[in-house]
Amino acid sequence: MIAGQPEVEHQRPHRRMHEVGGHFSNREGTVGVDATLEVPVSIRTRASETPRAYCCTMTRDLSCSPPPWPAWLPLLIALMSVSFGSSRSLEADESRPSSAQNSRNHWAFQLPPRPEPPPSRFRKFVRNPIDAFVHARLEREKLTPSPEADKPTLLRRLHLDLTGLPPSPAEVDAFMQDRRPDAYSRGVEKLLDSPHYGERWGRHWLDAARYADSNGFEKDRTRTIWPYRDWVIRAVQHDLPFDQFTLHQLAGDLLPHPTTEQRVATGFLRNSMLNEEGGVEPEKFRVDAMIDRVDAVGRTWLGLTIACAQCHDHKYDPVSQREYFRFYSLLNQDAETHVEVPTPAQAAQREAILKHARELESQCRASIPHLDERLKTWVQSQSSRAGSWIPIDSSEWHSQPMKYEKQEDLSFLGGGDATMDTVIRVWWDSSIEGITGFRLEAMTDANLPLNGPGLRADGSFNVAEFVVETTPLSDLKQDLHQPATNRVEFARAMADAEAKHWEASKTIDGETTRGGWANAFTAGRRNQSRRLVLQARNPVGSKQGLRYLITIHSKAQQTGLPNQALGRFRISYTTAPGTLSVDPFTEAQRELFTSGQVLSSSQQSELFQIFRLHQPELVEWNQRLDDAWKGWPSTITSLALQQRPVPRKTRIFHRGDWTKPTKIVEGGVPAILPPLPLEAPRNRLGLAQWLVSTNQPLTARVMVNRVWQTYFGQGLVPTPEDFGTRAESPSHPELLNWLAWEWMSPRTIASSAERHRPLVPWSLKHLHRLIVHSWTYRQRSNMTPEMLERDPYNRLLARASRFRVEAEVIQDIALKASGLLSPKVGGPSVFPPLPEGFMQLAYGPIPWNISEGEDRYRRSLYTFWKRSVPFPTMVTFDAPPAEQSCVRRTRSNTPLQALTTLNEPTFNHAARWLAYRAIREGGDSDRARLNYAFKLCVARAPAPKELQTLARLLEDTAREYEKQPQEAARAAFLDPKAPPPLPDGVSVPQLAAWASVARALLNLDETVTRE
Amino acid sequence: MNPSFARELLAERSRFLARRWFLRDCALGLGGIALSSLLHRNASAKEAAALASAPAGPMAPKHPHYPARAKRVIYLFQAGAPSQLDLFDPKPALAKWNGKPVPKEVVKDQTYAFIKPDAALYASEFKFSRHGQSGAEISEAMPHLAGVADDVAFIRSMTTDAFNHAPGQIFMNTGSQLFGRPSMGAWVTYGLGSESQDLPGFVVLSSAGGLSGGSGNFGCGFLPTVFQGVPFRRTGDPVLYLSNPPGVSGSVQRRTLDAIKELNQQRLGAVGDPEIATRINSFEMAYRMQASAPELMDLSKEPKSILDLYGVEPGKASYAANCLLARRLIERGVRFVQLFHEAWDHHSDVKGGVNAQCQLTDKANAALVRDLKQRGLLEDTLVVWGGEFGRTPMVEASIELGRKLGRDHHPQAFTVWMAGGGVKPGVTVGATDDFGFHVVKDRVHVHDLHATLLHLLGFDHTRLTFRFQGRDFRLTDVHGDVVNQVLA
Repeated sequence: MIAGQPEVEHQRPHRRMHEVGGHFSNREGTVGVDATLEVPVSIRTRASETPRAYCCTMTRDLSCSPPPWPAWLPLLIALMSVSFGSSRSLEADESRPSSAQNSRNHWAFQLPPRPEPPPSRFRKFVRNPIDAFVHARLEREKLTPSPEADKPTLLRRLHLDLTGLPPSPAEVDAFMQDRRPDAYSRGVEKLLDSPHYGERWGRHWLDAARYADSNGFEKDRTRTIWPYRDWVIRAVQHDLPFDQFTLHQLAGDLLPHPTTEQRVATGFLRNSMLNEEGGVEPEKFRVDAMIDRVDAVGRTWLGLTIACAQCHDHKYDPVSQREYFRFYSLLNQDAETHVEVPTPAQAAQREAILKHARELESQCRASIPHLDERLKTWVQSQSSRAGSWIPIDSSEWHSQPMKYEKQEDLSFLGGGDATMDTVIRVWWDSSIEGITGFRLEAMTDANLPLNGPGLRADGSFNVAEFVVETTPLSDLKQDLHQPATNRVEFARAMADAEAKHWEASKTIDGETTRGGWANAFTAGRRNQSRRLVLQARNPVGSKQGLRYLITIHSKAQQTGLPNQALGRFRISYTTAPGTLSVDPFTEAQRELFTSGQVLSSSQQSELFQIFRLHQPELVEWNQRLDDAWKGWPSTITSLALQQRPVPRKTRIFHRGDWTKPTKIVEGGVPAILPPLPLEAPRNRLGLAQWLVSTNQPLTARVMVNRVWQTYFGQGLVPTPEDFGTRAESPSHPELLNWLAWEWMSPRTIASSAERHRPLVPWSLKHLHRLIVHSWTYRQRSNMTPEMLERDPYNRLLARASRFRVEAEVIQDIALKASGLLSPKVGGPSVFPPLPEGFMQLAYGPIPWNISEGEDRYRRSLYTFWKRSVPFPTMVTFDAPPAEQSCVRRTRSNTPLQALTTLNEPTFNHAARWLAYRAIREGGDSDRARLNYAFKLCVARAPAPKELQTLARLLEDTAREYEKQPQEAARAAFLDPKAPPPLPDGVSVPQLAAWASVARALLNLDETVTRE
Repeated sequence: MNPSFARELLAERSRFLARRWFLRDCALGLGGIALSSLLHRNASAKEAAALASAPAGPMAPKHPHYPARAKRVIYLFQAGAPSQLDLFDPKPALAKWNGKPVPKEVVKDQTYAFIKPDAALYASEFKFSRHGQSGAEISEAMPHLAGVADDVAFIRSMTTDAFNHAPGQIFMNTGSQLFGRPSMGAWVTYGLGSESQDLPGFVVLSSAGGLSGGSGNFGCGFLPTVFQGVPFRRTGDPVLYLSNPPGVSGSVQRRTLDAIKELNQQRLGAVGDPEIATRINSFEMAYRMQASAPELMDLSKEPKSILDLYGVEPGKASYAANCLLARRLIERGVRFVQLFHEAWDHHSDVKGGVNAQCQLTDKANAALVRDLKQRGLLEDTLVVWGGEFGRTPMVEASIELGRKLGRDHHPQAFTVWMAGGGVKPGVTVGATDDFGFHVVKDRVHVHDLHATLLHLLGFDHTRLTFRFQGRDFRLTDVHGDVVNQVLA
């Protein structure tokens, strides 16, 4: 179907329209509807036909999504269910769309039995059970399988499918000459073992993971989450079974003793976009990210458009809005954290420092006689310092450009644009009398960099001035925020810990833009909650009520550092008489240390750390212990998740609007699917375990279908993102079910490589072996007119599919053929050449410093992905923009693509290098060289006619370049001023002509096509 | 039958079939989209046959549901959100309130990015007067627009759901605050195709800063990539990678393309894949574009009177030059041209900011309307001017951020103007309250604006749909009412 054309009976309505409307045209191309038709036209259009039809739909239904059945049908069903007492859909809080009854029997929601492969008539074409299933359908359709593809085609197909790179001529030759019976299987194993396999299949997964190197939205700042990308590549490469693969990505941090790797894997969920525009409400965009995560999980694992139930019950599938939010709740329990990812060297360095610090600490402990006794006494002696602090419950607070949100414990957590200095103002109305002091707690939080308490990357903060002003409530005019009348004078300020030059006293020195109290400590002491206490000179308060305006300045101009604001803080007051003091402990520490329970060694160490800082005689030891942390290497961090200590309550949003929360819901899954086990935790771990349980009918089939799609251009279900009731039925339902079962509990030996090793459940490599060893996969992809007539989209699989490769593969083919491609795997994203001025399209351009050396020619999946202006070559060839999860790319064919492969610098470099390579490595004759260059691109030798065309191009352009030597130099060399040495016996015009040939080769349809 | 003869026959048939594809589906060089979409679909042979006889590719000109008033659109997107209170929505009452806090009952529970909810009101420092026969009120900042007031319709009662720039722009351009939906221009080219055979159907031009909403503002979402807006650039190649690489002359390029075509045709004969025919055609269109795009961008052939009318300095990229290019693009059959001018985010010194941007844009806006009119193009070309939201009647000031006399974001009310293409000239639709805070008459939501735009192009906005993930999506989601007051 072509754009604008309703696919069925499109003539008829047009004609009718012509008749009725008189002036309406029925010329071809009309998009129209027949207003006189009695039934929605969509009824006559099989719902299953249009997973992605380019039609301006012809339906009279005014709602956004018309059902493919008459309007009275659901009503009838509803009536029937009432009269027959089937009341499930009528339960008050499980209310569903009335179509739900229909969909209960929908094939995708049923756990299928494991089918037996049927007998095949084409016995000699059966290599494994896949073929049996495919042939059964062919037989019904009276079609026959195609013969096997020729060897070079097959090898190139395998290489492109498994590694995304074409085979070298040497690999082709070796394969042609290998007469061993298991030559093919050996070839497959070699590719599955290659790190490029991990890159290739990792990239497919990254589409679903909407992986990008920037945050999206206006600011679109750079984020570091490439360690997640590398984790995916490694996990795929090592064939981490898919159930584990799932557990790690959704709940790696919740596994027992999670490793850094497992925590990095939770980046899957963190790939959501983040809005840091000045003044945004962080909660709004946190909710948006949650919606994105529900969508991503629904699409990636369940093949369900669960996101459609955000605002109302799903129109077609049995997912109610309540179920949507129950599912949402499972993902809604977390802090957005950063996990440190040390390099091996850094890890070793850290280990050494820790060891040294531990040794010093034990020496220090040993130097103190009766330490245990002293600790106990000291802890008791501190009880008076706890004081009685009451957090203020403010109703108004303000900061810009970042925002703070009040937490349940009356603390404030910051978010939004955290790059600029922030002044925090908090208003509080109170009639408490005799307030003697205020306390500011700087608190750690998993959402903050390295847990905070500050907002800088290392968690540091600075409080330059802490100001309290008051206005009698009776003096307040209409202006809520009129200037205060009195300023509270503080006698002194003290903190539980101070660093040199950053003492607490500086918070009351009148300097709002300089100095201040800060946690300018070594790494070992930085990321801890801290307390600042300010004693008022005279008690404050009035029975008639005062409005307090508390201002926290965190400007630290002299440091030249970005925002040093507190990430999380809480303000309390006290009416305690006398001299105030600072509690050396947090509430939690106090509770622990005074509980009398036996402390673990790390808890003992924690207590000792605090203790020693309060012992004047340990000054020297303290210095030595602090010094031990110097040289602590700071590492990169990757975005990850960490479960909150207190679960977040999830409420249903009225019509999906986050500002209208209604009923609270508990975590759960849609009732149409098997329930979460009773004992399963209601969090990401429970969800992940449920997703990969073998009685859950969707995950395995959804994933197997996507793998199939990659090999055949389309899935057995053509809508991998939607297995719901609106999806087309599978072309081979039994095959889909068999593959899913075979994947979850393998029984079939797919190739000689599996003969001597145990079959592993959920192994993707097993699935690959099965598919690529099938006859169905190994068929020719040639199309005959009959085939095109009968089955233009190859759903019946009487041949292999022929399709253009993905954006990344197109560029990688050019780089590989030219010999430029760097085989380096992983690491930070790279910056290949970008047209000048291109980045200026972004609101927040970043310096695009073109990578040097081999990083300039890395595989395309390592190209830095900036969401607001993604890399143009990739976008032009339909790479998804990483704004949401994508499980199926479109495949377009446009003039902009032609311009890209013809003229884009990387392709152009590749063409020149390919020319050079053909001359140097291809042999002595033009013919041999043409042969070689051709083979580098498409793996086969050219036919005589093809050779002729190329030879003519070579001759004609050489002749032309002879006449224009300067042009020739520009065409032949990247830098004509410093040309590389010419191959023997080759002139500059000849080399330029070879560059034309190479450019033609890289632009061939066959080069960018997997046949 | 002689086997080699049979093979020959088969090859001949597949060539014939491919040729049929080439001629019918790929006539405009973009038929491959159709085929690739087909790959995802299950269609019977009958359907396939129907398909093979269908006209041209997705970019072929198509007719909408109804006879259209507008055939093409020039959308002048004023990104950053211009202050309606200083341009189009005079509020004399504000003078009385100037410097006084805005009443709480007006603000309700709106919170702001930078100002306090009780910030002082700020009367416009611009003078307003009535213009033309219609008596449209326009501030002194836009004297040129005042000259074409009778051709323009003002909607003073625009309102949106989004408060922040990126979501606001995405909402204004795609009808959703979430990324990933097709933009207006994509929907329109999807519905109408294009009348240009050597330029893209949806072209984007930009001036001033980068866009908050990024390329999502003109993306194709789940629509085929061919409907995506193609940015024409101010520096270097007007279209990315338009020029031949160094050392490749026109004749070398032609020879190379001929060789590619020959080889592709040989392959087509061997494997019979109609997609190859589409690729051949894509390369041909690319070649044509290499000539047509530079010709388009070359303003040196425009008479001086026209350059002066727009205020274009030859050889200098500007908003004015983009306005003139927009006219040239639609003259060449491009369906949707969108200008982005990201420069209106006046959190501080709104007076100076508005003045500066009007200096850059006012003359060109008016010139575009005049020029289209004198060429008879205004009749069926819809021109729309507007940003993503409005600005507060309250002042924004901050010592810490060094801001004074600015205005913050204001989703509740703003102004958009339209001209040509079936729009009622000289009309002013809607009204806001005395503060210019809330709409009090004829509220026009973003979805309503979209519905109206599609209506003028001949579409019932509820029926221009695309099925994705089992749902028929529309530009207007499940909302949208056509603004009848603005229709001629």
